[in-house]
Amino acid sequence: MKIKLPNPPKEEDLDHFKEDFLCETYRRMYQIRSFELRVNELFLKGQMPGTIHLSHGQEAVSVGACMALRADDIITLTHRGHGQALAKGVSPRALMAELFGKSTGCCRGKGGSLHIGDMAVGAFPAIAIIGASSPIAAGLAFAFKRRGCDRIVCNFHGDGAVNKGDWHEAMNLTAIWGLPVIFLCENNFFGVSTHISDVILNEQLSERANAYRVFAVTIFGNDPIEVYREVAKAAERVRKGQGPVFIEALTYRQGGHKRDDPATYRDQEEVQAWLKQDPVTLFRERILIDPRISDEEICALEKAVQKELDDAVDFALSSPKPPIENALEDVYA
Amino acid sequence: MLWRMCMPDNPTPSGDTRELTVVQALREALREEMHRDSEVFVLGEDIRIGGSFLFTLGMVDEFGPERVINTPISESGFIGLAIGAAVNGMRPIIDFQYGDFLFTAFDQIVQQGSKLRYMSGGQLKVPIVIQLPTGASGRGAQHANSLESFFFHIPGIKIVSPATPYDAKGLFKSAVRDDNMVLFCVHKHLYGSKGRSLVRSKLAVSHVPEEEYLIPLGKGDIKRHGNDVTVVANSLMVHHAFNAAEKIKERGIEAEIIDPRSIVPFDVELVIESVKKTGRLLIVEEGNERGGWGAQLAAQVISQAFEYLDAPILRVASPDVPVPFAPNLEKAVIPDESRIMDGMRILAQGN
Repeated sequence: MKIKLPNPPKEEDLDHFKEDFLCETYRRMYQIRSFELRVNELFLKGQMPGTIHLSHGQEAVSVGACMALRADDIITLTHRGHGQALAKGVSPRALMAELFGKSTGCCRGKGGSLHIGDMAVGAFPAIAIIGASSPIAAGLAFAFKRRGCDRIVCNFHGDGAVNKGDWHEAMNLTAIWGLPVIFLCENNFFGVSTHISDVILNEQLSERANAYRVFAVTIFGNDPIEVYREVAKAAERVRKGQGPVFIEALTYRQGGHKRDDPATYRDQEEVQAWLKQDPVTLFRERILIDPRISDEEICALEKAVQKELDDAVDFALSSPKPPIENALEDVYA
Repeated sequence: MLWRMCMPDNPTPSGDTRELTVVQALREALREEMHRDSEVFVLGEDIRIGGSFLFTLGMVDEFGPERVINTPISESGFIGLAIGAAVNGMRPIIDFQYGDFLFTAFDQIVQQGSKLRYMSGGQLKVPIVIQLPTGASGRGAQHANSLESFFFHIPGIKIVSPATPYDAKGLFKSAVRDDNMVLFCVHKHLYGSKGRSLVRSKLAVSHVPEEEYLIPLGKGDIKRHGNDVTVVANSLMVHHAFNAAEKIKERGIEAEIIDPRSIVPFDVELVIESVKKTGRLLIVEEGNERGGWGAQLAAQVISQAFEYLDAPILRVASPDVPVPFAPNLEKAVIPDESRIMDGMRILAQGN
């Protein structure tokens, strides 16, 4: 195993970003972090059913990307998709209710944590099979291109996907047909317990996309501004019909693969180095340097997020279970 | 191209007596649906030159490369792409080179296309038709799968397997308008009526009206009436069963041939009505016997019409082996007229 240490670029001056933009970016990241930690707590208490794959540590990728996308663009989500869903605008109530398997959930309780999504906000219900969402994202984009509209698709996937046939086929199909897809790879270095350096020889995963003549970059994924800027550039290119773009965003999974995984297989030097690059803490400190943003403002915003989360949990807990007959519905259209 | 000239022509005769082959009927259905609905498009390997069984012959000239899309050899990729396009409002049709290659896209069919609607709580629909050449045809084990029973187990997929040109057209048009993923299985021997090793029966070429008609999925058809034994067979086996029935009538046995036409949904009621009359049931399928759709049908008939049965239900299917190449071995494995006649005789006369 060859550990991967963070190499953050020089931070960009935030002066030319609007205050609202900065606050909203932080709010979404803080919302995801709080959501994930609350979900973890609910699990430990034994209140929440199922399995769960938490995304804390990776907030800057989801938020930076979704801030750069339009409301009518579509994202496809991964098995670690709570953050992606919240960033695209799925309501915390509908999301929490789905995790509890309630009828008020975004998939009426039939998807669960691994299949969350809401087409009304452009969040394609998550596909939990690694790599399988990439060809589907290509198809969503194919329909957009056929209609001549300038909507695009952002295919979130992990580092594991680039070892799957579906990913390679999608890369080639989107390249030869010039389809409007941004492949956004959240490279958190681990496929469950297996370190990326044990299973891929490429130094950068973007090399693989380059092999298909897909425009590709590797970026530091714990800075939401960096992610925003790169995704915005990619979106402009893709929207113009210049073909797909691949972005490898380097980030880190702060927790284990799933709730019962203490992740003891990781190198502590790597873990500690990445914890120091915590995207939520660092961005909070960074925007507070900005004279336009006050500590009170941020505290109020955080309080509102916590209140919204309390409400989401209450809503989920008090919502009815799906009626038994729902089990037999929606097999066929 | 020379090889094209050897294959069945596009339909030319008109009027009440117009007779078409299966591939001509399918092609006509495809053309009509593409003219009717601009969201319909077709993709697949080598379809620029008509695909492997000429289903898409001439389509690129008529509809252009934007709607008749030649793909790389990336079955999983282009099925996934079709799923995405379908969810986003289009109606893709895939012309598969050989149905056997569908296994390379198993996840996209079984885990994605068939489940997206269910998992999303009804948010999505996936209207796709996958046209699949199936069955054994002298090409060895990896080009000989009967696909119906592999996918029969999976909720969320429909499976159609026409036997005649008339049915092929009406069923195909319904499949295109269906809002689900439909596997449209056509036996390799059924596409054309000419040439070597193609099926020969009175049903192989049939009258196909020029005016529009649809055949609903899930409605079986009685291909031959008889009172002594009910024979349920699909696809190519309908022809073998029909020929067997014509031969065995000389022995005083009148078989009723039922073609379910679609395996999912399955018209069990039609079978039960016939069994109430004949008291005897023979089920014929080309695929391996173990876990075949015929086993499910037998179980349903026993549980719903046990008191009408005068004899055990018999099944004729392939033994549980891959399909061998040697022509005599393939012939020994795949159900044929003589095995079906044996089954009819045992049921009707007890020997």
